[in-house]
Amino acid sequence: MKGRAVFGILAVVALPTVGSAAFAQTPEAPKAPDTIEARVRACTPCHGEQGQGTDNDYFPRLAGKPAGYLKNQLIAFRDGRRRYAPMNYLLEYQTEAYLQKIAEYFSALRPPAVPPAVSDASATVLTRGKTLVTDGDQTRGVPACAGCHGPKLTGMDPGIPGLVGLHASYISAQLGAFRYGTRTAAAPDCMQLVAASLTESDVTAVAAYLAAQPVPIDPSPVPQGTLATPFACGSEPH
Amino acid sequence: MRIARLTSWLFVVGMVLARFGFPAVAVAADDHALVGKGEYLAQAGDCIACHTNPGGALFAGGRAMATPFGTIYSSNITPDLATGIGKWSADDFYKTMHEGRFPDGGLIYPVMPYASYTKVTRADSDAIFAYLRSIPAVNRPNRPNELQFPYDNRQLILGWRTLYFNEGEYQPDATKSAEWNRGAYLVEGLGHCAMCHSPINALGGTPESKAFQGGLIPMQNWYAPSLTSNKEAGLGEWNIDEIVGLLRTGVSHRGAVYGPMAEVTFNSLQYLSDADVRAMAVYLKSLAEGSPPGPESSGLSAPESSLLMSLGQTVYEARCAVCHGSDGRGMPPDYPPLAGNPSIQMESAVNPIRMVLNGGFPPGTNGNPAPYGMPPFAQRLSDDEIAAVVTYIRATWGNRGSAISAAQANELRKVPLD
Repeated sequence: MKGRAVFGILAVVALPTVGSAAFAQTPEAPKAPDTIEARVRACTPCHGEQGQGTDNDYFPRLAGKPAGYLKNQLIAFRDGRRRYAPMNYLLEYQTEAYLQKIAEYFSALRPPAVPPAVSDASATVLTRGKTLVTDGDQTRGVPACAGCHGPKLTGMDPGIPGLVGLHASYISAQLGAFRYGTRTAAAPDCMQLVAASLTESDVTAVAAYLAAQPVPIDPSPVPQGTLATPFACGSEPH
Repeated sequence: MRIARLTSWLFVVGMVLARFGFPAVAVAADDHALVGKGEYLAQAGDCIACHTNPGGALFAGGRAMATPFGTIYSSNITPDLATGIGKWSADDFYKTMHEGRFPDGGLIYPVMPYASYTKVTRADSDAIFAYLRSIPAVNRPNRPNELQFPYDNRQLILGWRTLYFNEGEYQPDATKSAEWNRGAYLVEGLGHCAMCHSPINALGGTPESKAFQGGLIPMQNWYAPSLTSNKEAGLGEWNIDEIVGLLRTGVSHRGAVYGPMAEVTFNSLQYLSDADVRAMAVYLKSLAEGSPPGPESSGLSAPESSLLMSLGQTVYEARCAVCHGSDGRGMPPDYPPLAGNPSIQMESAVNPIRMVLNGGFPPGTNGNPAPYGMPPFAQRLSDDEIAAVVTYIRATWGNRGSAISAAQANELRKVPLD
């Protein structure tokens, strides 16, 4: 009995020694962290560590945008309905379920807001932008951005994005992409109609004004159904 | 003609029914099994990759395929009577697969891999046809090809066929196991692996002697590595489980699939049975067995490249080491190892340069539903930095790849991604 107990202790002592000797010769390569954060490192150099955006003019903030909106965009990039080759390429062979998880991850992040860049637009342009964003132009049938994107412009769940915390170049590029059909959404493609009603100077003014607005302390989108949107959008449930 | 064909087909069906006397329900179950088998084989053939537009209707065609000779649009293979293959018979379908000819005898451009599909058995062809008959018919007229003169003349295909097309079903090798033969049948036939993994010459053909020796995929600018050389993607030194894992899930402890191969795993290989992928692995491993291990030599001479290497190390430690480790061992299978990874050291440096420029995700598969992605560095690294870091990973930790130049990086920066 006694002998067996001693042997048992020796075995326990010996095992880790053998183990660590083997480890020293061919250490096991470490495992990647089993987190969504580690999986989406491909996204963060352009969109920010926490999805807060970067100083690149054309890469948008992702954090805090509605998950439904982000998912729609990921799927549109995957299927080529929204054209931007580097994104189309990255997402080509991913499943909807995974894209949903990526969307939920970035939607839930609340990094500190990046202060807006100082605008080089004139006061006249900014005032015109403010009018279009908050009131639209009823005489020409241009709807107010705030009518769908919310009074604080932080969007509405599940499919309408926030418009603050973005660069002017990005916003005007998107309005142009809607107009020229390189960015399309599920029918009825309401933003295509809106973008078609804007002139070049409207786009410049709206983009300058939106880019100059700080992200509110709570950048969360308003809950689904809060706003009575003026027309149907294919990206939004009815 | 058409009516006659349909009548004869009905007659055959009638004869079969009469001979076996199956009750209607049993026949339906047989049909169901045949359709199921056909669906599986259509996945093995990766038909969807070309015959379905992303986000479009299944097998309604219209996908643009850029070739050095112009753009070819895939055809509608749904059972639509007016625009699909609704009027075809099983004979017609076999003729396209086996002979590379339309039902009227017209020649098919070899972008359709009938040089491989010719090896498919009549029974398997019939099963695929039965499956295609069962999917929803979609009315979508075929789009005319946009080929440059003189390639718009289909008669030129005759020349290509004379040089490169060997018609004939797969003939088993009696000296090999049933598993090896099944693998060879799938790899050489439906899998049409040779379409990418063989060098393609200026005539758009591959001499038989060069099968599976690797080549740059025209227009896509990815290098499909040799399957016969362990210096490239030869699997002679891998164990069968590693090969099966890579093919079915897209990742392994030795490396992962990206680019065009991610498509193959995503649309095709992940759906194949373990036995079939295992058979393919057995055959693939045998292709490279006996090939010398590892790359032969590094073209890198120390003094001339020390600057490149030291810049490369700086970039690597700042950008890459967080995932791939300072020792290049990565965190497999999710962050692939770079040390000892032949795909980085191949004579063609196209793939590692493109991975650094464009990043990438392995495909999302049943076995690996949420892959880890590599960021693109095109926007953040200069041509010099990309050349330096790719040279560094090709020549460190015992890797023996040659140095690359900023000009090579710059050239691939301009390659369209779609």
